[in-house]
Amino acid sequence: MTVSTTKTSANSATSPDSPDSPQEGGWPDRARRALGLKADVRNLSLLGVLAVLIAVGGFTRPAEFLATSNLQLVLTQASVIGVVTVGMTFVITSGGIDLSVGAIVALASVWATTLATQEYGFAGILFTAVVVGLACGLVNGLLIAYGGMVPFIATLAMLASARGLALQITDGRTQIVTVQSVLDLGLPDAYLLGIPPLVLVFAAVTLAGWLILGRTTFGRRTVAVGGNAEAARLAGIDVRRQRLYLYLLSGLCCGIAAFLLIVLSGSGQNTNGNLYELDAIAAAIIGGTLLSGGRGTIVGSVLGVLVFTTITNIFALNNLQSDVQQIAKGAIIVAAVLVQRRTARTDGT
Amino acid sequence: MPAPSRRGLLFGTAAVSAGALLTACTSNEPRAKEPAANNAPAADDKPGTPVTIGFAGPQADHGWLNAINQNAKERAKKYSEVTLEITEGSNDTAAQIGQIQTLINKKVDVLVILPADGKALTQVGLQAMKAGIPVVNLDRVFASPQAYRCWIGGDNYGMGLNAGRFIGERLKDKPGAKVVELAGLDSLELTKQRTQGFDDALKNYPNITKVARQAAEFTVESGQAKMAQLLQAQSQFDALWNHDDDQGVGALRAIAQAGRKEFLMVGGAGAKSAMDAIKADNSVLKATVLYPPTMAASAIDLARALAQKKGVRGLSELEIPASITLYSAVVTKDNVDEYLPTGFS
Repeated sequence: MTVSTTKTSANSATSPDSPDSPQEGGWPDRARRALGLKADVRNLSLLGVLAVLIAVGGFTRPAEFLATSNLQLVLTQASVIGVVTVGMTFVITSGGIDLSVGAIVALASVWATTLATQEYGFAGILFTAVVVGLACGLVNGLLIAYGGMVPFIATLAMLASARGLALQITDGRTQIVTVQSVLDLGLPDAYLLGIPPLVLVFAAVTLAGWLILGRTTFGRRTVAVGGNAEAARLAGIDVRRQRLYLYLLSGLCCGIAAFLLIVLSGSGQNTNGNLYELDAIAAAIIGGTLLSGGRGTIVGSVLGVLVFTTITNIFALNNLQSDVQQIAKGAIIVAAVLVQRRTARTDGT
Repeated sequence: MPAPSRRGLLFGTAAVSAGALLTACTSNEPRAKEPAANNAPAADDKPGTPVTIGFAGPQADHGWLNAINQNAKERAKKYSEVTLEITEGSNDTAAQIGQIQTLINKKVDVLVILPADGKALTQVGLQAMKAGIPVVNLDRVFASPQAYRCWIGGDNYGMGLNAGRFIGERLKDKPGAKVVELAGLDSLELTKQRTQGFDDALKNYPNITKVARQAAEFTVESGQAKMAQLLQAQSQFDALWNHDDDQGVGALRAIAQAGRKEFLMVGGAGAKSAMDAIKADNSVLKATVLYPPTMAASAIDLARALAQKKGVRGLSELEIPASITLYSAVVTKDNVDEYLPTGFS
């Protein structure tokens, strides 16, 4: 069931249901397998960026930056946007885009922290956050897959209405969480072997995402749909259903992220998740996921998130103000993408 | 489209029932009670000539603005002769201009305007004044004094000043005291003014140094994130001033998560959650400097006085003032009961 594709980058689209196609140039394929990394050269360049950042942080504020507590801090701060980015990576890999992630996080966090929801305690908050995320993803997915709407427009509409609904529910108020078991999850007493529970969830979502994208039929179908949807359809993939599932997945990630944010901030606010869509897309892109679809890497996306969080951390530790932070963030995105392109070119992809 | 599979149906049903269950969960009752402005005596309890006040504000997308709307509405209800025409809030300059023009066309007696952007709405303020409708400019000031008859608003510089003084007095006997500032949105001028006031107050206390400043975004989420970084950067300090109580909710979470309690914290704006914490006295939060949303109630008072051609009771002037800057009182455990009813959520 081999079909020809128009995009060379989407190698695995040639046989979506078979194991990874071995013809990627450059690095010995076995080494890639051993490392368990796909698109690993890009990841390596990003690891380089991260190493440089760590050197800068360690040099400028050694006592604070290299402390265990700082590692916990960086990973905790990365966990909310990290989970969102994993979902976003799937959607972008399939050639789509989800602009509504920030708004869904806001809506889910707000819905899960109303006084009525809080009466159901820990389980009620978790359940509501996840189900609201899934429901928004379902609407996105149905509109895009079966309604034939362009992802950009459908998720833009979701962005507007989810934010509006979040504002309507809160009435502009900050909803404070009073369920102690939820709050406790963010405190040092809840750390398992020094690892904050939020970071564990982030790690679990990353691992699951990495396995699903790289090691399952579902993942290969995602890549195939992104590489060439028509070819994927001819190869027997139900493209529409696949798209529906992908937006559901993104919604699920938003729901989980909303719960993490509730734990972290102890509240629900309609301003939550502000500009997450841009952060998540930026992290995925500098991680090496193709905005046009057909290629995606969870490891790269997570590294992208970590790069951004580490930059914020280093700047804050050095007491640099937000204007400088924003300028530097922009510069680093450009630098990371340029470096990546160079390495990608020498890699032959 | 293929016929729905059994699994699809099953999932659909589950989704619908989960949805039904969830819609019950959007309720936020019980709502906060009436804001406190109503407890204060009305400016002049005798009903005068009937007055229609037009009120235009930005979208109430956070607690303080929501309290502004509430205060205006509740205050107007106090006066039997006052009719309040309130527009749907908007952050879009063009939309707000349209709303105000509608109010001008309706020939309301007085306008109370809290512009989304003061400079951008100056023209429509001028237009109203030219049409013979006096404007009470609330908080965010127009670019030209010709665009309003009276301005009433908060004092951002004074907030910083009073926060700095309070911290200064608490730490004045401590050699080498260190202070940290968690500012609000840095792209706003008011944040610069608050910081300036704070720095100016601290200059009076040579033993105190401000060792770090980070800007959050007035949101809980950003407050938590930036405070966590500040705590990591400064292993020990003596006082913290946080510009905004909303982001303070997040900051307090970060402080609890880091297990720190060696410093005293002063908030800003006067949210109910902050006042509750000050009253309970079980966290680092010991005070908050006000940016009172009751100014909206006062603006209604001024608008009414303006329409009825009265002055402000308690002042000997025949007219209301041209400009009123409110005082940023420091709320501590000692006086919190007095201010608690003005706290917003």
